[in-house]
Amino acid sequence: MGYQTTAEKMNAIFSDLSKDYLIYAPKRFVGDGTFTDIDTIRYGEITDLSEIEFAEKSDYSFKEVLLPISETLFYFTENEMKEADAPKKGAIVFLRSCDLHGLKRMDTIYLENGAVDTYYKRLRDNTKFILMGCENSFENCFCVSMGTQKSDDYDAYLKVDGDTVLVDSHWDYLDTALTGATQTQVIADSVTANDTVVTIPETVPQSLFDAPFWEEYGNRCIACGRCNFVCPTCTCFTMQDIFYTDNGKAGERRRVWASCHVDGYTDMAGGHAFRNDKGQRMRFKVMHKVNDYKRRFGTHMCIGCGRCDDVCPEYISFANCINKLNALVNDSAKEEN
Amino acid sequence: MTVHELKSENPYIPFLSEITEVIKHTEIEFTFRMTYTGDVKPGQFFEVSLPKFGEAPISVSGIGDGTVDLTIRKVGKVTDEIFENYVGDTLFLRGPYGNGFDIANYKGKEILLVAGGTGLSPVKGIVDYFSAHPEDCKGFTLLVGFKSPKDVLFKKDFEAWEKNINVIMTVDTPEDGYCGKCGLVTQYIPEIPINNSDEAVGIVVGPPMMMKCTITELFNVGFKEENIWISQERKMCCGIGKCGHCKIDDTYICLDGPVFNYTKGKFLKD
Repeated sequence: MGYQTTAEKMNAIFSDLSKDYLIYAPKRFVGDGTFTDIDTIRYGEITDLSEIEFAEKSDYSFKEVLLPISETLFYFTENEMKEADAPKKGAIVFLRSCDLHGLKRMDTIYLENGAVDTYYKRLRDNTKFILMGCENSFENCFCVSMGTQKSDDYDAYLKVDGDTVLVDSHWDYLDTALTGATQTQVIADSVTANDTVVTIPETVPQSLFDAPFWEEYGNRCIACGRCNFVCPTCTCFTMQDIFYTDNGKAGERRRVWASCHVDGYTDMAGGHAFRNDKGQRMRFKVMHKVNDYKRRFGTHMCIGCGRCDDVCPEYISFANCINKLNALVNDSAKEEN
Repeated sequence: MTVHELKSENPYIPFLSEITEVIKHTEIEFTFRMTYTGDVKPGQFFEVSLPKFGEAPISVSGIGDGTVDLTIRKVGKVTDEIFENYVGDTLFLRGPYGNGFDIANYKGKEILLVAGGTGLSPVKGIVDYFSAHPEDCKGFTLLVGFKSPKDVLFKKDFEAWEKNINVIMTVDTPEDGYCGKCGLVTQYIPEIPINNSDEAVGIVVGPPMMMKCTITELFNVGFKEENIWISQERKMCCGIGKCGHCKIDDTYICLDGPVFNYTKGKFLKD
């Protein structure tokens, strides 16, 4: 059901909701970027709609709400383990359509691929998703190529226009809270085209895995892993045990974000590792995002948010890489014929 | 505390298992016989989970009545600690994980099992089975290579195996007084009598280069790729398809492997 209401009314509703939910949205952190006088936009808790950054793309995705950067799994003593408590409150997350598609990729890995992940599920089950529209495409976005520019799978859509707030609710709680508000049809803003367009090769023959094409990335990539950390669909982690300095027999096991670009990702005990070459790591990631994941799960993993292109300190463009790879695949097919 | 008391719905919480026996093969390779009562297959693995130190994926190297054997090599943070302090009589485990070897695939066939070093661990359960039930196959040859005589694992088991199956053991580097075979496993393959190489089964586990050369040699003597099975070693960090470290193309080694038929295994490129 669609409604037109006021910012004041909506803030009052969120204030009530904050008794049971932490509310996360992209916020501007002034001067907090990686360069002098550069802001960063990342997720944080909000108490008022005016704190939300609607006008620009967030540098980081919402994924840290469901997959914290460092998450305690359990506490241990010598003979006992105790599962870490779930947060007392649920979460409400403001996010854009592409990220809402990213949520499905996370669900697939954490709820369907192998055993259900206890920690992800308990957060996910208590999280509501509020769609933020896109009136225009941002730099490096290619959601239209990935088919993620629209999504109906939200608990609510919300648009703030000065003092007016438009809401499309799929959530009983909001329908009740908005009783009496003007009913109107609300259609989420979405883009129909991006400046960046990618064409994904249907299949990439293994003979191209060692092509000189990847060497260019090997020479430029510095293995910092930023592309993985900003990506809403990168879900890898590594186990990490810590113990308390005042009681060395007690401690906790955590999982922390991991990156397939960073050294050590494939290291096994004894010293053997795979993909020591950074170009091969790029190949591994690209193939995962636009080929391998689809073969296993039916959709591409990449959702076209372009954050990896925004963040790369070496100006490596994932979108360009896909297009160049596509050309390479076409060329090699022609050569064979 | 009773064993398995801690078994939980949460897949990340390990359970406590008692060490019932420690078999020392070499200075750095011991087999830990652990209490375990659930279903388990050769080639599956457990995460040995040491609070404070982390987890290490270890293949099942033997299956007993209420026990599993984990043959552990002292090569890293977790395994160093196990060797230093296993006197505690228990270890935390998660698992078993992975598909493992399905003995039914090999019954009634001529079998050539080629293993390199600790690669013998994940396939030892197969050797144990056919050594105990030689009538279940048309012939079983174990061809195994170690670096040197002092690296030989499962010496006691070899004595039993040699009575029931054809065993060829070779070392890369002999020492004074060693009177067994020397050289790489591949050079012995042509000598092994195979009646019908069209239907014979090859099982190959070991270091990547050893596996590659062995498979080439198996093709040379007429094995078909659909009759060859391999097991892959990767960094299995979670064991349940989440952490991503063991993934190769669309394959999660921890879920879909580590055992693969070669028709699939040949396409795995890291």
